[in-house]
Amino acid sequence: MINKIVDNIEQALEGVESNMTFMFGGFGLSGIPENAIASLSKKEIFGLTCISNNAGVDDFGLGLLLQRKQIKKMISSYVGENAEFERQMLSGELEVDLIPQGSLAERCRAAGAGIPAFFTPAGYGTEVAKGKEVREYNGKPHILETALTADFAFVKAWKGDTAGNLIFKGTARNFNPLMAMAGGITVAEVEELVPAGELDPNQIHTPGIFVQRIFQGEKYEKRIEQKTTRKKD
Amino acid sequence: MALDKIQIAQRIAQELKHNTYVNLGIGIPTLVANYIPKGIEVEFQSENGVLGMGPFPFEGEEDPDLINAGKQTITTLDGAVLFDSATSFAMIRGQHVQLTVLGAMEVSENGDIANWKIPGKMVKGMGGAMDLVASADNIIVAMMHTNRAGESKILKQCTLPITGVNCVKKIVTNLAVLEVTKNGFQLLERAPGVSVEEIKNATEADLIIKRNIPEMRFTK
Repeated sequence: MINKIVDNIEQALEGVESNMTFMFGGFGLSGIPENAIASLSKKEIFGLTCISNNAGVDDFGLGLLLQRKQIKKMISSYVGENAEFERQMLSGELEVDLIPQGSLAERCRAAGAGIPAFFTPAGYGTEVAKGKEVREYNGKPHILETALTADFAFVKAWKGDTAGNLIFKGTARNFNPLMAMAGGITVAEVEELVPAGELDPNQIHTPGIFVQRIFQGEKYEKRIEQKTTRKKD
Repeated sequence: MALDKIQIAQRIAQELKHNTYVNLGIGIPTLVANYIPKGIEVEFQSENGVLGMGPFPFEGEEDPDLINAGKQTITTLDGAVLFDSATSFAMIRGQHVQLTVLGAMEVSENGDIANWKIPGKMVKGMGGAMDLVASADNIIVAMMHTNRAGESKILKQCTLPITGVNCVKKIVTNLAVLEVTKNGFQLLERAPGVSVEEIKNATEADLIIKRNIPEMRFTK
């Protein structure tokens, strides 16, 4: 077994530098690598390109990196929950590339799967298609999208083992498995880290081959963005 | 009287077909799930990675690891399944999800939709909307007939950056049900007590009006 475990978060983040490209798993605040983000927000690294479906909220998630102006460019599909983000974007401090969510997911998956580009119908005829090759398949126009790579991918899972195998919970899975595949160095943080052999191989979502470093997160706040409930009758 | 948001959702619920998979957007579309007609079995997909979405959880039972695309806490029903975002959009792009209901800022008479950006004012992003409208067989828009300034959202041509081309099939507004045909918008139904004249006045695009236009019906 190839051991992927690192002793602490410092080791997990070894090699991160200014001007790098990072991927972050998560949808909204669900399934984000909280511990990696918190540590990165304390480092003197700037000029980052961050690929993440969302940009956190003002004081949590990627909002922490935005506050310290560590991010030069964001590649996301939806950024509606962050006032500081909007301010930096409208003032031109922050470069933003908004792309369709399904294309974002597939561009990560493609990178990890050795597929440099693919055609998709999403975004045809819109601003997203600007400068992209168009081809008709089955009578329908499609645009060429390229794979997305990153120096580091930071992902978060529910359980993991020392071989780097990951199991996710609920909708916290989202982009994590795809970004794990795409990252040059994939750093996985988990709520519970167990010795190899303890996870049922049938139940593993992300094979450890896609993960270079794994550690157990110190704590998880798991903030809820929109608490919606119903009353018991 | 013009419909309220709940009645728009109730009218759209009548469009649900038995044994289909449906993606509901944020806002009015989310409400559609509350009014599924008797005898109709549908499964709701949320693009962040769940099929078989259930109602909101009871107070105290919220799970931060279980949300919908609007980031609201949810539950799952028997037979539900969870998956990653690439698999989720395979269901959407691959046309396994049969119906998409979503909101819009503008719809044009050739079925173009704009709902993700107001240049210089509001830039939230398209989320999954561009993937959804590019692929679903059936796309129904739920929206108010006019914007806050009282201007028609049903146009000859969209003025805002579009989300997708030639894709909307039907629109349910607070005033009317419209179908997008190859010749433009055809008026199918009007809200109870709302006249054809009132709908025409609130609509910038031309309307195809054949014979008498019935009022929408709501079953109790």
